[in-house]
Amino acid sequence: MVWTRDDLAKRAAKELQDGYYVNLGIGIPTLVANHIPEGMTVTFQSENGMLGMGPFPYDDEVDPDLINAGKQTITELDETSYFSSSDSFAMIRGGHINLTILGAMEVAENGDIANWMIPGKLVKGMGGAMDLVAGVKRVVVVMEHTSKHGESKVLKACELPLTGTGVVSLIITTLGVFEVKPDGSGLRLIELAPDVTLEDIAASTEAAYEVAL
Amino acid sequence: MGTSGKIYNSAAEALEGLLRDDLTIMAGGFGLCGIPENLIAAVRDSGVKGLTVISNNAGVDGFGLGQLLNTHQIKKMISSYVGENKEFERQYLSGELELEFNPQGTLAERIRAGGAGIPAFYTATGVGTLVAEGKEEKTFDGRRYILETGLVADLSIIKAWKADERGNLIFRKTARNFNPIMATAGKVTVVEVEEIVPTGSIDPDHIHTPGIYVDRIVKGTFEKRIEQRTTRSRSEALAQDNSAQKESV
Repeated sequence: MVWTRDDLAKRAAKELQDGYYVNLGIGIPTLVANHIPEGMTVTFQSENGMLGMGPFPYDDEVDPDLINAGKQTITELDETSYFSSSDSFAMIRGGHINLTILGAMEVAENGDIANWMIPGKLVKGMGGAMDLVAGVKRVVVVMEHTSKHGESKVLKACELPLTGTGVVSLIITTLGVFEVKPDGSGLRLIELAPDVTLEDIAASTEAAYEVAL
Repeated sequence: MGTSGKIYNSAAEALEGLLRDDLTIMAGGFGLCGIPENLIAAVRDSGVKGLTVISNNAGVDGFGLGQLLNTHQIKKMISSYVGENKEFERQYLSGELELEFNPQGTLAERIRAGGAGIPAFYTATGVGTLVAEGKEEKTFDGRRYILETGLVADLSIIKAWKADERGNLIFRKTARNFNPIMATAGKVTVVEVEEIVPTGSIDPDHIHTPGIYVDRIVKGTFEKRIEQRTTRSRSEALAQDNSAQKESV
């Protein structure tokens, strides 16, 4: 049984640690905020200039001056601080954010990631993705293991234009979890989704990997 | 310039003598949050063309910078993300509009550097990607970096919450974003605010942007359009609290 979007978020939440400052990408990564382990203090950064993101507002609390990087209305918490875009990216590029969890179109066995551009299709821009992968200490990717056509998205080398090179630490796919070896020399398969077999992984993975379950 | 010489009565007056064709303009805001609505409309009404606009996003169809796209006043955009705008898409795909994508942090730092008199800086962002093409690369302590240049503009148009009569500014919540750095990087900076307060009424320790960066001030009226209104209901929140309490028991 492959992991659902929510399962992926739950698994990614296991990467959180007490006291962490975390930036979550748009999509599945956003759901990670719903799975913070009990008793753990985690602070979420939004790259448009906010540390300490609260939940969505009640109808009568909506404030157009208070949005997240996905342009959704949100709320502040007691510990919230606001700052400029340059301060925000100084936090990111200066290595002060402990963890970022991002979606991806492709990842490669050396830790390369592609998640911003498909040539020939409309390019919307990279936003803060290149800064996050280059600057954050630990980059965790959550993604579909294969494309709609069944092709592996965990590759020997990315085919799409890169967002960053050798930056990914952990890949959580719908079929299992891979560690990227710190020296970029390949992947280690460390977990399987329920009822997913090694044969399933082998059949849908282009990248080379060691099995280390 | 006298003490209240920075205050203008309308956005059009605040831009008088500053606008011409082929200008480079920085426009503050993230999405539609904290954009200079009134000054953008005044640039539109002025009819100047061939503009290069530096702004994180390009507005939406018919609002924010989208208004200047409808009128074909923009020749080139320097942005990090432009996904919310159909007219932008059309003009870009037909070759009517030039586009330079910068990673958002690189864009912010280029503006900060420009305003601080720093011509260029090295960053790890974009190394090994399309962004690095044609740029000098250098290794420091075993890590690769690319050289990015500082950005300045002929004119910065920004939005703040409050100004005093000397142009000291306070921003509100996430409407701060690119506004304070753009204030530093415009040869001339014009700010629109929700309120102009007497000089001395803002605690000097609470000022986000010192008045030295602000040349002209105008009090605006604001629509503050919301791109994605996301809310929760009180009953949902209550149910979540209850289940969390049960789990912790």
